[in-house]
Amino acid sequence: MRLGVLCSGGKDSWYACHLAMQKEEVSCLITIRSKNEESYLFHTPNTHLVPLQAEAAGLPLVTAETEGIEEAELADLERAVSLAREHYGIEGIVTGALQSVYQATRIQRVCRALGLWCFNPLWYTEPDRYLQTLIREGFVVVVSGVASEPFTDDWLGKQIDEPALADLRRYAARYRITLTGEGGEYETLVLDAPVFGKRIVIEEAEKEYAGFRGTLRVRSARLEAK
Amino acid sequence: MILLVDLCSRPGSLSRDEFVGPVARIVERAGAAWREVHCSEADRADLTGIRGIILCGTALQDNVFSEQVARVAPLFEAGLPVLGICAGMQALCLAFGGSIRPACEIGMIKVRAVVPDPLFESTGEFEAFGLHSFACEPPREWIVTAVSDVCVQAVRHPDRPIYGVMFHPEVRNDPVVERFCALCRDGDNEGLTYR
Repeated sequence: MRLGVLCSGGKDSWYACHLAMQKEEVSCLITIRSKNEESYLFHTPNTHLVPLQAEAAGLPLVTAETEGIEEAELADLERAVSLAREHYGIEGIVTGALQSVYQATRIQRVCRALGLWCFNPLWYTEPDRYLQTLIREGFVVVVSGVASEPFTDDWLGKQIDEPALADLRRYAARYRITLTGEGGEYETLVLDAPVFGKRIVIEEAEKEYAGFRGTLRVRSARLEAK
Repeated sequence: MILLVDLCSRPGSLSRDEFVGPVARIVERAGAAWREVHCSEADRADLTGIRGIILCGTALQDNVFSEQVARVAPLFEAGLPVLGICAGMQALCLAFGGSIRPACEIGMIKVRAVVPDPLFESTGEFEAFGLHSFACEPPREWIVTAVSDVCVQAVRHPDRPIYGVMFHPEVRNDPVVERFCALCRDGDNEGLTYR
């Protein structure tokens, strides 16, 4: 089955893509660039790097922009998915939804309206096991945004490796954050993955941070041979 | 040991982790072991040590299971407790003489438990995650235990510990699966018929 993967550039969409590639044919990535940083539906920091990720993975990319107004975002999503179906003949969509009923419900409705299958291979996955798997399988994932106590600005750009995972476990126990950032406590950017033929190197980035909220703004990045 | 039946269109599908995996994790947390069989091989499943059977759901567009009911039906002759989730409830209804009709619900819905049932804490309303494009017309003698504004949401066999839920309990309603595991473990199924 030919599939399009909804891709924000973060760990969940890329791991979902990785799983989909093992079972079906991934024909393209689909990215929605939201102008609203508070978008409920679409992860926003650094979606401008998805084209570089797509190039690294050798996958075509369909991009749509949205003002990020609640519910109107859905029309923009439907437009992008329709375009992907038209250009790449996709029969279904893959998402990296973990537990967000809000997100899953809306994407399922768009797929039903378009007669497409919807796959959420990370749905209710066990969080700790999932993060360990990402690390073990060679995903290079950095934190690109934080929005919760106790994340300091040191976390912006930090790679999610075993020591970082140990910190996240402590935070999850003490501050009641989700281990995976499912509640928006942190956002991620994938710099390398098994499906990438090249890795991404960040050349220039700025941190914006105040009161446990911050973003890593990547100004320039390039691909490097692995 | 609980037997999980994967009703997705083919073994090892991309949907398996979405519909079987989350149920397996609840079963584990309830302290029970599990093993898994795809519906295409269900008629050859080894039931040694099995105390209960859960028929898991499928993707909204995946209705291939309705062609596999004859392969799944032999499982119901073992006298074991059975829980059918969504497509699983549809398979139960079809196997016991009921039918299905087009009816779609996607997202959080209000479910009303209308009679006491071992799988629900009490009667009354609760929220649940619905994801189906068909609904059940249960076999005539079956007991409807919960409904939504759109369709029957839960049923049970009049005499045997066979249950169906149309909503997905693996999303925000873990206790439904946990109670099923408890009744499989305790083995007092005869006492669980409410007429």
